[in-house]
Amino acid sequence: MSFKHLFFVFVFLLTFNCKQNKEVHLNKIEGKRISIDETLEGDKAIEEFITPFRDHINKDLDSVIAYSVGDYSPRTDKLETAIGNFLADIAHEQSNPVYKQRTGNDIDIAILNHGGIRAGISKGALTARSAYQIMPFENSMIVVKLKGEQIKEMIDYLSKAKRANPFSRLSLKLNSDNTVKEALLNGKPIDYNKTYNVASIDYLYNGGSGMHFLKKGDDYIALDYKLRNVIIDYFKKVDTIRLKTDNRFIKLED
Amino acid sequence: MKRRSFIQKTATASSLIGLGGLSLSSFASLNSKKITILHTNDVHSHIDPFGPNDARNPNKGGIARRAKLIEGFRKENPNTLLLDAGDIFQGTPYFNYYGGELEFKLMSMLKYDAATIGNHDFDNGIDGLYAQLPNANFEFISANYDFKNTVMDRHVKPYKIFNKAGIKIGVFGLGITLEGLVDKSLYKETVYLNPVEIAQDMSRILKEEKKCDLVICLSHLGYNYRNNPEKASDLNLAKATMNIDLIIGGHTHTFLPKPTVAQNVNGDNVLVNQVGAYGLYLGKIDFYFDSDNTKSANGTTIIV
Repeated sequence: MSFKHLFFVFVFLLTFNCKQNKEVHLNKIEGKRISIDETLEGDKAIEEFITPFRDHINKDLDSVIAYSVGDYSPRTDKLETAIGNFLADIAHEQSNPVYKQRTGNDIDIAILNHGGIRAGISKGALTARSAYQIMPFENSMIVVKLKGEQIKEMIDYLSKAKRANPFSRLSLKLNSDNTVKEALLNGKPIDYNKTYNVASIDYLYNGGSGMHFLKKGDDYIALDYKLRNVIIDYFKKVDTIRLKTDNRFIKLED
Repeated sequence: MKRRSFIQKTATASSLIGLGGLSLSSFASLNSKKITILHTNDVHSHIDPFGPNDARNPNKGGIARRAKLIEGFRKENPNTLLLDAGDIFQGTPYFNYYGGELEFKLMSMLKYDAATIGNHDFDNGIDGLYAQLPNANFEFISANYDFKNTVMDRHVKPYKIFNKAGIKIGVFGLGITLEGLVDKSLYKETVYLNPVEIAQDMSRILKEEKKCDLVICLSHLGYNYRNNPEKASDLNLAKATMNIDLIIGGHTHTFLPKPTVAQNVNGDNVLVNQVGAYGLYLGKIDFYFDSDNTKSANGTTIIV
């Protein structure tokens, strides 16, 4: 005990090299940190400077831009969630025109990660603040071309992850031992000799959540479109959202 | 508990004895000078205090409170420097809406003297950082980012020397490797140079050529990396250099309750400090100089 306390106020003595400056000598150093909390008064001028910015942001963030008919939580013990399906679908829908304009091609698949959905959607009014809560990160949409081999890796990843990682336009049926029974793209069997345009976010492309297959892709394109803005833009585009699971990712029972 | 308060009181008493019972300002005007270094890091656009319902930091932080606190310290000692160790940007909608304008304007109002550049300060691209420079009335310093082929060329200095009450204070900046941390499209042609080698150079220049009385490193390297002990960090930097008196760190959001006393390559003491993140704390280091060399026994007392 006393040792710990002694260390707390331990006085270090040392010899400093004084050759450089004969005029002054560093005698003593005292260091501490000061907690900034409600016991401290705020500076009035600073407060007044911030106020209009804060008011503008709050007004904008809290303006109602859509309505949700239900509560949709990312929490699940299944392989898909309504909110995950929704986010992957709108990531595809909103990104496709941007990608098409740049390349003339369409996005075949969109894939996100379950862990990135930081909040659910609550019944009632939706605001930009809701989008910040769902997606507080600055993740941006990217597109890469994946060969059949990498699509296989992606399906393998999804089948083994045991998480409701969201994707769009793909449907996966797993056997009870997590092997893949059926993988369809847009309702058709996947042609593993083909190359597919896969949309995701930069975080996952750079190895987040262990989705290393994305980095193996070709023709990487950053769409400069944040996933949060995908959500905000979609909310503004529609009046009401009604989300559902559609059995796009299921595991068969024995 | 009684033991603890006793020792704390003893420490306070001894420091008062050292001051000869005079008030700080009158002491300074005689033959001693006090330099105060105030510092923040990783504020991440946290302008408002956390709300009362915040799970981790209820009612903590807030730049208006920090402003008032700093104003008080400046009144107490005009020979004060205010420094930030980077990651000023990103973390609240203030950044998303205004791109850092508010952060820089407020830091200017608080009279920050210098800041180094953190990885998140590239979040709107190097062009986004450049665009906000007119809002900053303080220097950006980084010795190991070579901005020669970027818009930031000539807007960032490797170091800055401040003169306070005749004391020369040399402050140089260091940034973290950007590859794998920041998208190349954001940092563009910024070149990262080995921070340890640069720090060895900088500390020599500041101490020996420029004859600084105090050498401070403003670092965004991170405190230390337990799982990657070879990675450039503040503790490794302290060990591998000489002539640095204080390393003010950032990046790892390390909440040090008090500064760490590390040893440099010569076995001399170096203070390493970092105050976590989000403007929850302000770091304060006071350096007391004695102009009468005969009185002091060539030693420096460190009280942390």
